[in-house]
Amino acid sequence: MPDKVISCKNLSKQFGGFTAVNKISFEVDKGEIFGFLGANGAGKTTAMRILCGLSYPSSGEATVAGFDVYHKQESIKKNIGYMSQKFSLYENLTILENIEFFGGVYGLPRKDIRQRSNDLVQHLGLEKEAKKLVGELPLGWKQKLAFSVAIFHRPKIVFLDEPTGGVDPVTRRQFWDMIYEAAASGITVFVTTHYMDEAEYCNRVSVMVDGKVEALDTPANLKKQFNSDSIDDVFYKLARGAKRTGD
Amino acid sequence: MSAVSLENITKTYNKGRVLAADAVSFEVAEAELFGLIGPDGAGKTTIFRILTTLLLPDKGSAYVQGTDVTKDYQTIRNKIGYMPGRFSLYQDLTVEENLNFFATLFGTSITANYDLIKDIYEQIKPFGSRRAGKLSGGMKQKLALCCALIHKPEVLFLDEPTTGVDAVSRKEFWEMLKKLKQQGISILVSTPYMDEAGLCERIALIQDGRIMKVDTPGEIIRSYPVRLYAARAANIYQLLNDLRKHELVDSAFPFGEYLHLTLKNDKNDGIEVLQQYAAAKGHADAEVKLIAPTIEDSFIRLMREKNGPEKPGLNK
Repeated sequence: MPDKVISCKNLSKQFGGFTAVNKISFEVDKGEIFGFLGANGAGKTTAMRILCGLSYPSSGEATVAGFDVYHKQESIKKNIGYMSQKFSLYENLTILENIEFFGGVYGLPRKDIRQRSNDLVQHLGLEKEAKKLVGELPLGWKQKLAFSVAIFHRPKIVFLDEPTGGVDPVTRRQFWDMIYEAAASGITVFVTTHYMDEAEYCNRVSVMVDGKVEALDTPANLKKQFNSDSIDDVFYKLARGAKRTGD
Repeated sequence: MSAVSLENITKTYNKGRVLAADAVSFEVAEAELFGLIGPDGAGKTTIFRILTTLLLPDKGSAYVQGTDVTKDYQTIRNKIGYMPGRFSLYQDLTVEENLNFFATLFGTSITANYDLIKDIYEQIKPFGSRRAGKLSGGMKQKLALCCALIHKPEVLFLDEPTTGVDAVSRKEFWEMLKKLKQQGISILVSTPYMDEAGLCERIALIQDGRIMKVDTPGEIIRSYPVRLYAARAANIYQLLNDLRKHELVDSAFPFGEYLHLTLKNDKNDGIEVLQQYAAAKGHADAEVKLIAPTIEDSFIRLMREKNGPEKPGLNK
Protein backbone atom coordinates (compact mmCIF):
# COMPACT_ATOMS: atom_id res chain seq x y z
CA MET A 1 0.00 0.00 0.00
CA PRO A 2 1.63 3.25 -1.11
CA ASP A 3 1.48 6.32 1.11
CA LYS A 4 -0.55 8.22 -1.46
CA VAL A 5 -4.10 7.56 -0.43
CA ILE A 6 -5.65 9.57 -3.21
CA SER A 7 -3.96 10.21 -6.47
CA CYS A 8 -5.50 11.70 -9.60
CA LYS A 9 -3.96 12.65 -12.88
CA ASN A 10 -5.73 14.71 -15.52
CA LEU A 11 -9.06 13.63 -14.13
CA SER A 12 -11.97 15.04 -16.16
CA LYS A 13 -15.72 14.73 -16.26
CA GLN A 14 -17.97 16.00 -19.00
CA PHE A 15 -21.73 16.29 -19.02
CA GLY A 16 -22.53 16.65 -22.72
CA GLY A 17 -20.57 19.68 -23.88
CA PHE A 18 -20.00 20.92 -20.33
CA THR A 19 -16.69 20.13 -18.65
CA ALA A 20 -17.48 20.03 -14.94
CA VAL A 21 -14.03 18.79 -13.92
CA ASN A 22 -11.16 19.76 -16.17
CA LYS A 23 -7.93 17.74 -15.94
CA ILE A 24 -7.33 17.93 -12.23
CA SER A 25 -4.19 16.33 -10.79
CA PHE A 26 -3.19 16.00 -7.15
CA GLU A 27 -2.13 13.52 -4.50
CA VAL A 28 -3.14 13.19 -0.88
CA ASP A 29 -0.91 11.51 1.71
CA LYS A 30 -1.84 9.04 4.40
CA GLY A 31 -2.94 10.87 7.54
CA GLU A 32 -3.12 14.21 5.79
CA ILE A 33 -5.94 16.71 6.33
CA PHE A 34 -6.66 17.94 2.83
CA GLY A 35 -8.97 20.90 2.13
CA PHE A 36 -10.87 20.90 -1.13
CA LEU A 37 -12.24 24.36 -1.82
CA GLY A 38 -14.14 25.96 -4.64
CA ALA A 39 -16.93 28.41 -5.34
CA ASN A 40 -20.46 27.21 -6.10
CA GLY A 41 -20.34 25.46 -9.45
CA ALA A 42 -16.55 25.05 -9.52
CA GLY A 43 -16.84 21.26 -9.82
CA LYS A 44 -16.11 20.19 -6.23
CA THR A 45 -19.13 17.95 -5.87
CA THR A 46 -18.56 16.24 -9.22
CA ALA A 47 -14.92 15.56 -8.36
CA MET A 48 -15.82 14.27 -4.93
CA ARG A 49 -18.49 11.94 -6.33
CA ILE A 50 -15.84 10.38 -8.56
CA LEU A 51 -13.44 9.96 -5.64
CA CYS A 52 -16.19 8.35 -3.54
CA GLY A 53 -16.92 5.80 -6.26
CA LEU A 54 -20.33 7.24 -7.10
CA SER A 55 -19.61 8.53 -10.60
CA TYR A 56 -17.25 7.57 -13.43
CA PRO A 57 -14.78 10.07 -14.84
CA SER A 58 -14.77 10.81 -18.58
CA SER A 59 -11.00 10.66 -18.83
CA GLY A 60 -7.83 10.71 -16.77
CA GLU A 61 -6.73 8.43 -13.96
CA ALA A 62 -7.41 8.23 -10.26
CA THR A 63 -7.00 5.81 -7.42
CA VAL A 64 -8.56 6.07 -3.97
CA ALA A 65 -7.19 3.91 -1.15
CA GLY A 66 -5.27 2.09 -3.87
CA PHE A 67 -8.38 1.27 -5.93
CA ASP A 68 -9.06 2.44 -9.44
CA VAL A 69 -12.07 4.74 -9.84
CA TYR A 70 -13.14 3.04 -13.10
CA HIS A 71 -13.06 -0.60 -12.07
CA LYS A 72 -13.12 -0.81 -8.28
CA GLN A 73 -15.94 1.43 -7.16
CA GLU A 74 -17.27 -1.07 -4.63
CA SER A 75 -13.85 -1.50 -3.03
CA ILE A 76 -13.53 2.26 -2.79
CA LYS A 77 -16.88 2.55 -1.01
CA LYS A 78 -15.82 -0.04 1.56
CA ASN A 79 -12.62 1.82 2.33
CA ILE A 80 -13.95 5.32 2.77
CA GLY A 81 -16.18 7.10 5.24
CA TYR A 82 -18.47 10.01 4.45
CA MET A 83 -20.11 12.67 6.52
CA SER A 84 -22.00 15.78 5.55
CA GLN A 85 -23.82 18.31 7.64
CA LYS A 86 -27.01 17.66 5.70
CA PHE A 87 -27.30 13.92 6.07
CA SER A 88 -25.58 11.99 8.75
CA LEU A 89 -27.62 9.92 11.17
CA TYR A 90 -31.12 8.52 11.56
CA GLU A 91 -32.95 10.73 14.00
CA ASN A 92 -35.47 8.04 14.92
CA LEU A 93 -32.84 5.50 15.89
CA THR A 94 -30.98 5.63 19.17
CA ILE A 95 -27.29 6.44 19.34
CA LEU A 96 -26.42 2.78 19.74
CA GLU A 97 -28.76 1.72 16.94
CA ASN A 98 -27.19 4.24 14.56
CA ILE A 99 -23.72 2.95 15.34
CA GLU A 100 -24.83 -0.65 14.90
CA PHE A 101 -26.65 0.15 11.67
CA PHE A 102 -23.66 1.79 10.03
CA GLY A 103 -21.34 -0.93 11.33
CA GLY A 104 -23.66 -3.48 9.73
CA VAL A 105 -23.84 -1.58 6.42
CA TYR A 106 -20.05 -1.74 6.24
CA GLY A 107 -20.14 -5.46 6.91
CA LEU A 108 -18.42 -5.57 10.29
CA PRO A 109 -18.94 -8.81 12.23
CA ARG A 110 -21.63 -8.61 14.91
CA LYS A 111 -19.16 -9.29 17.70
CA ASP A 112 -16.86 -6.47 16.59
CA ILE A 113 -19.76 -4.09 16.29
CA ARG A 114 -20.85 -4.77 19.86
CA GLN A 115 -17.37 -4.34 21.25
CA ARG A 116 -16.52 -1.26 19.25
CA SER A 117 -19.82 0.52 19.82
CA ASN A 118 -19.38 0.14 23.56
CA ASP A 119 -15.88 1.54 23.26
CA LEU A 120 -17.10 4.43 21.14
CA VAL A 121 -19.96 5.35 23.46
CA GLN A 122 -17.52 5.36 26.34
CA HIS A 123 -14.92 7.37 24.42
CA LEU A 124 -17.53 10.03 23.64
CA GLY A 125 -18.78 10.06 27.22
CA LEU A 126 -22.27 9.13 26.02
CA GLU A 127 -22.97 6.12 28.26
CA LYS A 128 -26.09 7.70 29.70
CA GLU A 129 -27.43 8.81 26.33
CA ALA A 130 -26.68 5.62 24.39
CA LYS A 131 -30.33 4.56 24.33
CA LYS A 132 -31.72 7.99 23.53
CA LEU A 133 -32.93 8.90 20.06
CA VAL A 134 -30.42 10.83 18.01
CA GLY A 135 -33.15 13.37 17.23
CA GLU A 136 -33.07 14.45 20.88
CA LEU A 137 -29.38 15.31 20.85
CA PRO A 138 -28.14 18.89 20.45
CA LEU A 139 -26.69 19.68 17.03
CA GLY A 140 -23.09 19.70 18.24
CA TRP A 141 -23.36 16.22 19.72
CA LYS A 142 -24.98 14.93 16.55
CA GLN A 143 -22.11 16.19 14.48
CA LYS A 144 -19.47 14.67 16.71
CA LEU A 145 -21.35 11.40 16.75
CA ALA A 146 -21.79 11.52 12.97
CA PHE A 147 -18.05 11.89 12.53
CA SER A 148 -17.37 8.97 14.85
CA VAL A 149 -19.84 6.84 12.93
CA ALA A 150 -18.24 7.83 9.62
CA ILE A 151 -14.90 6.41 10.81
CA PHE A 152 -16.38 3.50 12.78
CA HIS A 153 -15.36 0.93 10.16
CA ARG A 154 -11.81 2.34 10.23
CA PRO A 155 -11.71 3.60 6.67
CA LYS A 156 -8.51 4.75 5.02
CA ILE A 157 -10.13 8.05 4.09
CA VAL A 158 -13.01 10.05 5.43
CA PHE A 159 -14.76 12.64 3.23
CA LEU A 160 -16.26 15.56 5.15
CA ASP A 161 -18.66 17.84 3.34
CA GLU A 162 -18.89 21.18 5.18
CA PRO A 163 -18.67 19.43 8.51
CA THR A 164 -18.92 22.27 11.02
CA GLY A 165 -21.36 24.76 9.51
CA GLY A 166 -23.53 26.44 12.12
CA VAL A 167 -22.19 24.86 15.31
CA ASP A 168 -21.00 26.90 18.27
CA PRO A 169 -17.30 27.75 18.42
CA VAL A 170 -16.47 25.46 21.34
CA THR A 171 -18.17 22.41 19.80
CA ARG A 172 -16.46 23.25 16.56
CA ARG A 173 -13.08 23.12 18.26
CA GLN A 174 -13.96 19.78 19.86
CA PHE A 175 -14.87 18.57 16.40
CA TRP A 176 -11.48 19.60 15.04
CA ASP A 177 -9.83 17.84 17.98
CA MET A 178 -11.53 14.68 16.74
CA ILE A 179 -10.36 15.29 13.18
CA TYR A 180 -6.78 15.77 14.37
CA GLU A 181 -7.07 12.61 16.41
CA ALA A 182 -8.33 10.63 13.40
CA ALA A 183 -5.56 12.01 11.19
CA ALA A 184 -2.94 11.19 13.82
CA SER A 185 -4.21 7.61 13.81
CA GLY A 186 -3.53 7.42 10.07
CA ILE A 187 -6.94 8.22 8.57
CA THR A 188 -6.77 10.65 5.67
CA VAL A 189 -9.25 13.49 5.99
CA PHE A 190 -10.65 15.10 2.85
CA VAL A 191 -12.68 18.22 3.66
CA THR A 192 -14.79 20.20 1.22
CA THR A 193 -16.06 23.51 2.46
CA HIS A 194 -16.67 27.03 1.34
CA TYR A 195 -16.00 28.42 4.77
CA MET A 196 -12.46 29.55 4.53
CA ASP A 197 -11.58 29.51 8.19
CA GLU A 198 -12.18 25.76 8.11
CA ALA A 199 -9.53 25.59 5.43
CA GLU A 200 -6.93 27.04 7.78
CA TYR A 201 -6.96 23.81 9.79
CA CYS A 202 -5.87 21.71 6.83
CA ASN A 203 -2.32 20.54 6.13
CA ARG A 204 -2.81 21.45 2.48
CA VAL A 205 -5.55 23.19 0.59
CA SER A 206 -6.60 23.10 -3.05
CA VAL A 207 -8.80 25.71 -4.70
CA MET A 208 -10.97 24.81 -7.69
CA VAL A 209 -12.12 27.48 -10.11
CA ASP A 210 -14.22 26.66 -13.18
CA GLY A 211 -13.37 22.96 -13.09
CA LYS A 212 -9.61 23.33 -12.61
CA VAL A 213 -7.39 23.18 -9.55
CA GLU A 214 -5.93 26.68 -9.61
CA ALA A 215 -3.87 26.51 -6.43
CA LEU A 216 -2.62 23.80 -4.09
CA ASP A 217 -0.30 24.24 -1.14
CA THR A 218 -0.16 24.61 2.63
CA PRO A 219 -2.30 27.46 3.99
CA ALA A 220 0.88 29.32 4.98
CA ASN A 221 2.41 29.04 1.52
CA LEU A 222 -0.82 30.02 -0.21
CA LYS A 223 -1.04 33.13 1.90
CA LYS A 224 2.54 33.97 1.01
CA GLN A 225 2.01 33.25 -2.66
CA PHE A 226 -1.06 35.47 -2.89
CA ASN A 227 0.21 38.07 -0.48
CA SER A 228 -2.86 37.63 1.73
CA ASP A 229 -3.42 37.39 5.45
CA SER A 230 -6.17 34.78 5.24
CA ILE A 231 -7.28 31.88 3.09
CA ASP A 232 -10.52 33.78 2.67
CA ASP A 233 -8.61 36.48 0.82
CA VAL A 234 -6.61 33.94 -1.22
CA PHE A 235 -9.86 32.32 -2.26
CA TYR A 236 -11.41 35.65 -3.15
CA LYS A 237 -8.47 36.56 -5.37
CA LEU A 238 -8.70 33.23 -7.17
CA ALA A 239 -12.44 32.83 -7.43
CA ARG A 240 -13.70 36.31 -8.20
CA GLY A 241 -12.71 35.78 -11.83
CA ALA A 242 -14.76 32.58 -12.03
CA LYS A 243 -17.14 32.42 -14.98
CA ARG A 244 -19.34 29.67 -13.60
CA THR A 245 -21.75 30.42 -10.81
CA GLY A 246 -24.28 27.57 -11.07
CA ASP A 247 -24.75 25.09 -8.27
CA MET B 1 -36.27 56.58 18.24
CA SER B 2 -34.57 53.22 17.75
CA ALA B 3 -35.36 51.26 14.62
CA VAL B 4 -35.71 48.13 16.70
CA SER B 5 -35.85 47.67 20.44
CA LEU B 6 -36.40 44.58 22.55
CA GLU B 7 -36.83 44.42 26.28
CA ASN B 8 -36.76 41.11 28.11
CA ILE B 9 -38.26 39.21 25.20
CA THR B 10 -38.80 35.61 26.27
CA LYS B 11 -40.17 32.79 24.15
CA THR B 12 -40.60 29.11 24.95
CA TYR B 13 -41.74 26.19 22.80
CA ASN B 14 -43.20 22.77 23.63
CA LYS B 15 -45.26 24.01 26.58
CA GLY B 16 -42.34 25.78 28.16
CA ARG B 17 -39.85 22.97 27.85
CA VAL B 18 -37.63 24.66 25.28
CA LEU B 19 -36.41 28.13 26.14
CA ALA B 20 -35.67 29.72 22.76
CA ALA B 21 -35.25 33.34 23.83
CA ASP B 22 -34.38 34.21 27.41
CA ALA B 23 -35.01 37.84 28.42
CA VAL B 24 -33.45 39.23 25.26
CA SER B 25 -32.82 42.97 25.20
CA PHE B 26 -31.01 45.13 22.65
CA GLU B 27 -31.60 48.08 20.37
CA VAL B 28 -30.81 48.78 16.75
CA ALA B 29 -30.33 52.47 15.97
CA GLU B 30 -31.61 54.16 12.87
CA ALA B 31 -29.49 53.37 9.79
CA GLU B 32 -27.37 50.98 11.82
CA LEU B 33 -25.98 47.71 10.51
CA PHE B 34 -26.48 45.44 13.52
CA GLY B 35 -25.44 41.78 13.64
CA LEU B 36 -26.94 38.98 15.71
CA ILE B 37 -24.12 36.46 15.97
CA GLY B 38 -24.58 32.93 17.24
CA PRO B 39 -24.65 29.25 16.28
CA ASP B 40 -27.63 27.22 15.06
CA GLY B 41 -30.18 26.85 17.82
CA ALA B 42 -29.09 30.00 19.67
CA GLY B 43 -32.49 31.66 19.16
CA LYS B 44 -31.74 33.99 16.25
CA THR B 45 -34.68 32.97 14.10
CA THR B 46 -37.11 33.16 17.03
CA ILE B 47 -36.08 36.77 17.58
CA PHE B 48 -36.50 37.56 13.88
CA ARG B 49 -39.96 35.98 13.82
CA ILE B 50 -41.06 38.00 16.83
CA LEU B 51 -39.76 41.25 15.36
CA THR B 52 -41.39 40.59 12.00
CA THR B 53 -44.75 39.96 13.77
CA LEU B 54 -44.91 36.30 12.80
CA LEU B 55 -44.65 35.00 16.35
CA LEU B 56 -45.83 36.35 19.71
CA PRO B 57 -43.41 36.48 22.63
CA ASP B 58 -44.37 34.91 25.98
CA LYS B 59 -43.04 37.91 27.86
CA GLY B 60 -41.33 41.22 27.27
CA SER B 61 -41.89 43.99 24.78
CA ALA B 62 -40.50 44.81 21.36
CA TYR B 63 -40.88 47.75 19.04
CA VAL B 64 -40.06 48.26 15.38
CA GLN B 65 -39.94 51.92 14.31
CA GLY B 66 -41.76 52.72 17.53
CA THR B 67 -44.64 50.34 16.87
CA ASP B 68 -45.40 47.49 19.29
CA VAL B 69 -44.91 44.13 17.56
CA THR B 70 -47.80 42.57 19.46
CA LYS B 71 -50.34 45.30 18.73
CA ASP B 72 -50.00 46.80 15.29
CA TYR B 73 -48.60 44.18 12.99
CA GLN B 74 -50.09 45.73 9.85
CA THR B 75 -48.17 48.97 10.29
CA ILE B 76 -44.95 47.07 10.92
CA ARG B 77 -45.34 44.74 7.97
CA ASN B 78 -45.54 47.70 5.60
CA LYS B 79 -42.37 49.20 6.95
CA ILE B 80 -40.08 46.19 7.01
CA GLY B 81 -38.37 43.88 4.58
CA TYR B 82 -37.73 40.32 5.71
CA MET B 83 -35.47 37.73 4.18
CA PRO B 84 -35.99 34.45 6.04
CA GLY B 85 -33.22 31.92 6.45
CA ARG B 86 -34.84 29.46 4.11
CA PHE B 87 -35.23 30.50 0.46
CA SER B 88 -38.88 31.50 0.41
CA LEU B 89 -39.55 32.88 -3.05
CA TYR B 90 -41.68 31.07 -5.59
CA GLN B 91 -39.40 28.52 -7.24
CA ASP B 92 -41.68 28.16 -10.27
CA LEU B 93 -41.87 31.88 -11.00
CA THR B 94 -39.11 33.57 -12.93
CA VAL B 95 -36.80 36.16 -11.43
CA GLU B 96 -38.88 38.97 -12.88
CA GLU B 97 -42.21 37.42 -11.93
CA ASN B 98 -41.11 37.02 -8.33
CA LEU B 99 -40.04 40.63 -8.10
CA ASN B 100 -43.24 41.83 -9.75
CA PHE B 101 -45.30 39.72 -7.40
CA PHE B 102 -43.73 41.19 -4.28
CA ALA B 103 -43.93 44.73 -5.65
CA THR B 104 -47.65 44.25 -6.34
CA LEU B 105 -48.29 42.79 -2.88
CA PHE B 106 -46.96 45.98 -1.34
CA GLY B 107 -48.92 48.18 -3.76
CA THR B 108 -45.92 49.42 -5.67
CA SER B 109 -44.04 48.62 -8.88
CA ILE B 110 -40.53 47.65 -9.87
CA THR B 111 -40.01 51.00 -11.59
CA ALA B 112 -41.18 53.08 -8.61
CA ASN B 113 -38.33 51.92 -6.37
CA TYR B 114 -35.86 50.82 -9.00
CA ASP B 115 -33.13 53.10 -7.64
CA LEU B 116 -32.89 51.12 -4.44
CA ILE B 117 -32.45 47.72 -6.05
CA LYS B 118 -30.67 48.80 -9.24
CA ASP B 119 -27.14 47.76 -8.23
CA ILE B 120 -28.29 44.36 -7.03
CA TYR B 121 -30.93 43.66 -9.63
CA GLU B 122 -28.66 44.38 -12.57
CA GLN B 123 -26.46 41.49 -11.49
CA ILE B 124 -29.34 39.04 -11.89
CA LYS B 125 -31.16 40.80 -14.73
CA PRO B 126 -29.47 38.66 -17.41
CA PHE B 127 -31.33 35.74 -15.82
CA GLY B 128 -34.65 37.60 -15.59
CA SER B 129 -36.59 34.89 -17.38
CA ARG B 130 -35.06 32.02 -15.43
CA ARG B 131 -37.13 30.29 -12.79
CA ALA B 132 -36.03 31.15 -9.27
CA GLY B 133 -35.60 27.47 -8.42
CA LYS B 134 -32.94 27.18 -11.12
CA LEU B 135 -30.70 29.94 -9.79
CA SER B 136 -27.38 29.37 -8.02
CA GLY B 137 -27.17 30.06 -4.27
CA GLY B 138 -25.57 33.46 -4.74
CA MET B 139 -28.17 34.57 -7.27
CA LYS B 140 -31.08 33.32 -5.17
CA GLN B 141 -29.77 35.39 -2.32
CA LYS B 142 -29.59 38.52 -4.50
CA LEU B 143 -33.12 37.98 -5.78
CA ALA B 144 -34.42 37.46 -2.25
CA LEU B 145 -32.78 40.71 -1.18
CA CYS B 146 -34.37 42.56 -4.13
CA CYS B 147 -37.79 41.19 -3.16
CA ALA B 148 -37.27 42.26 0.45
CA LEU B 149 -36.35 45.78 -0.72
CA ILE B 150 -38.88 46.41 -3.45
CA HIS B 151 -41.32 48.34 -1.23
CA LYS B 152 -38.54 50.55 0.16
CA PRO B 153 -38.62 49.29 3.75
CA GLU B 154 -37.35 51.35 6.68
CA VAL B 155 -35.95 48.32 8.47
CA LEU B 156 -34.46 45.23 6.88
CA PHE B 157 -34.42 41.85 8.67
CA LEU B 158 -31.99 39.37 7.15
CA ASP B 159 -31.88 35.94 8.78
CA GLU B 160 -28.64 34.14 7.89
CA PRO B 161 -28.48 35.56 4.37
CA THR B 162 -24.97 34.20 3.77
CA THR B 163 -25.35 30.63 5.02
CA GLY B 164 -24.41 28.14 2.31
CA VAL B 165 -23.19 30.84 -0.05
CA ASP B 166 -19.63 30.82 -1.37
CA ALA B 167 -16.98 33.26 -0.19
CA VAL B 168 -17.07 35.52 -3.24
CA SER B 169 -20.86 35.96 -3.11
CA ARG B 170 -20.70 36.52 0.62
CA LYS B 171 -18.25 39.35 0.19
CA GLU B 172 -20.41 40.98 -2.48
CA PHE B 173 -23.44 40.61 -0.25
CA TRP B 174 -21.85 42.48 2.64
CA GLU B 175 -20.84 45.26 0.22
CA MET B 176 -24.50 45.58 -0.76
CA LEU B 177 -25.57 45.82 2.88
CA LYS B 178 -23.11 48.63 3.47
CA LYS B 179 -24.61 50.59 0.56
CA LEU B 180 -28.16 50.04 1.81
CA LYS B 181 -27.19 51.30 5.21
CA GLN B 182 -25.75 54.43 3.62
CA GLN B 183 -29.18 55.06 2.15
CA GLY B 184 -30.63 55.20 5.64
CA ILE B 185 -32.04 51.69 5.95
CA SER B 186 -31.68 50.08 9.39
CA ILE B 187 -30.49 46.51 9.12
CA LEU B 188 -30.64 43.60 11.55
CA VAL B 189 -28.69 40.67 10.12
CA SER B 190 -27.89 37.32 11.68
CA THR B 191 -25.05 34.93 10.97
CA PRO B 192 -23.47 31.86 12.56
CA TYR B 193 -20.12 32.86 11.05
CA MET B 194 -18.02 34.78 13.51
CA ASP B 195 -15.74 36.20 10.83
CA GLU B 196 -18.68 38.22 9.52
CA ALA B 197 -19.16 39.97 12.86
CA GLY B 198 -16.46 42.51 12.04
CA LEU B 199 -18.52 43.75 9.09
CA CYS B 200 -21.29 45.01 11.39
CA GLU B 201 -21.29 48.30 13.30
CA ARG B 202 -22.52 46.69 16.48
CA ILE B 203 -23.19 43.08 17.32
CA ALA B 204 -25.01 40.99 19.87
CA LEU B 205 -23.45 37.63 20.72
CA ILE B 206 -26.17 35.07 21.42
CA GLN B 207 -26.01 31.52 22.77
CA ASP B 208 -28.75 29.27 24.22
CA GLY B 209 -31.35 32.01 23.87
CA ARG B 210 -29.35 34.53 25.87
CA ILE B 211 -27.53 37.64 24.76
CA MET B 212 -24.00 37.37 26.15
CA LYS B 213 -22.78 40.77 25.03
CA VAL B 214 -23.76 43.77 22.89
CA ASP B 215 -21.12 46.19 21.63
CA THR B 216 -19.04 47.21 18.62
CA PRO B 217 -16.80 44.41 17.34
CA GLY B 218 -13.77 46.55 18.18
CA GLU B 219 -14.86 47.07 21.78
CA ILE B 220 -15.66 43.37 22.27
CA ILE B 221 -12.15 42.52 21.14
CA ARG B 222 -10.58 45.27 23.27
CA SER B 223 -12.39 44.08 26.38
CA TYR B 224 -10.97 40.55 26.14
CA PRO B 225 -9.75 40.21 29.71
CA VAL B 226 -6.50 38.25 29.39
CA ARG B 227 -3.53 37.92 27.08
CA LEU B 228 -4.02 35.57 24.18
CA TYR B 229 -1.22 33.45 22.74
CA ALA B 230 -0.96 31.63 19.44
CA ALA B 231 1.27 28.59 19.10
CA ARG B 232 2.14 26.17 16.39
CA ALA B 233 4.53 23.36 15.63
CA ALA B 234 4.92 20.74 12.92
CA ASN B 235 2.82 18.28 14.91
CA ILE B 236 0.04 20.57 15.99
CA TYR B 237 -2.18 17.85 17.45
CA GLN B 238 0.60 16.60 19.70
CA LEU B 239 1.36 20.17 20.70
CA LEU B 240 -2.29 20.67 21.62
CA ASN B 241 -2.32 17.56 23.79
CA ASP B 242 0.94 18.53 25.46
CA LEU B 243 -0.08 22.11 26.19
CA ARG B 244 -3.39 21.03 27.69
CA LYS B 245 -1.45 19.10 30.31
CA HIS B 246 0.47 22.20 31.41
CA GLU B 247 -0.81 23.39 34.77
CA LEU B 248 -0.72 27.08 33.79
CA VAL B 249 -2.75 26.63 30.62
CA ASP B 250 -6.32 27.76 31.18
CA SER B 251 -7.66 27.14 27.68
CA ALA B 252 -6.21 25.68 24.51
CA PHE B 253 -8.15 25.46 21.25
CA PRO B 254 -7.22 24.75 17.66
CA PHE B 255 -7.72 27.87 15.52
CA GLY B 256 -6.74 27.05 11.98
CA GLU B 257 -2.98 26.93 11.56
CA TYR B 258 -2.40 27.92 15.19
CA LEU B 259 -3.57 26.98 18.65
CA HIS B 260 -5.00 29.77 20.77
CA LEU B 261 -4.08 29.70 24.44
CA THR B 262 -4.78 31.57 27.62
CA LEU B 263 -2.96 31.13 30.92
CA LYS B 264 -3.91 31.14 34.57
CA ASN B 265 -2.10 33.86 36.52
CA ASP B 266 -0.43 35.24 33.43
CA LYS B 267 2.73 37.02 34.56
CA ASN B 268 3.51 38.41 31.12
CA ASP B 269 6.06 35.68 30.56
CA GLY B 270 3.73 33.37 28.64
CA ILE B 271 5.80 33.29 25.47
CA GLU B 272 8.91 32.02 27.28
CA VAL B 273 6.99 29.63 29.50
CA LEU B 274 5.12 28.07 26.61
CA GLN B 275 8.11 28.00 24.30
CA GLN B 276 10.33 26.29 26.85
CA TYR B 277 7.65 23.80 27.75
CA ALA B 278 6.99 22.99 24.09
CA ALA B 279 10.70 22.52 23.44
CA ALA B 280 11.00 20.22 26.46
CA LYS B 281 8.16 18.15 25.02
CA GLY B 282 10.08 17.71 21.79
CA HIS B 283 8.57 20.53 19.70
CA ALA B 284 11.88 22.09 18.76
CA ASP B 285 10.21 24.11 16.02
CA ALA B 286 7.40 25.52 18.21
CA GLU B 287 6.46 29.13 17.57
CA VAL B 288 4.63 31.10 20.27
CA LYS B 289 3.43 34.67 19.94
CA LEU B 290 1.00 37.16 21.46
CA ILE B 291 -1.99 37.92 19.29
CA ALA B 292 -5.08 40.09 19.23
CA PRO B 293 -8.23 38.06 19.90
CA THR B 294 -10.96 37.62 17.31
CA ILE B 295 -14.70 37.74 17.87
CA GLU B 296 -14.63 33.96 17.99
CA ASP B 297 -12.11 34.03 20.87
CA SER B 298 -14.40 36.42 22.72
CA PHE B 299 -17.41 34.22 22.02
CA ILE B 300 -15.64 31.15 23.40
CA ARG B 301 -14.53 33.08 26.47
CA LEU B 302 -18.07 34.28 27.17
CA MET B 303 -19.44 30.76 26.70
CA ARG B 304 -16.94 29.37 29.17
CA GLU B 305 -17.69 32.09 31.70
CA LYS B 306 -21.31 31.02 31.51
CA ASN B 307 -20.95 27.25 31.35
CA GLY B 308 -17.64 26.68 33.05
CA PRO B 309 -14.69 24.97 31.34
CA GLU B 310 -15.81 22.35 28.86
CA LYS B 311 -15.23 18.75 29.80
CA PRO B 312 -13.77 16.25 27.42
CA GLY B 313 -16.18 14.15 25.42
CA LEU B 314 -19.78 15.03 24.83
CA ASN B 315 -21.05 15.14 28.38
CA LYS B 316 -21.69 18.57 29.69
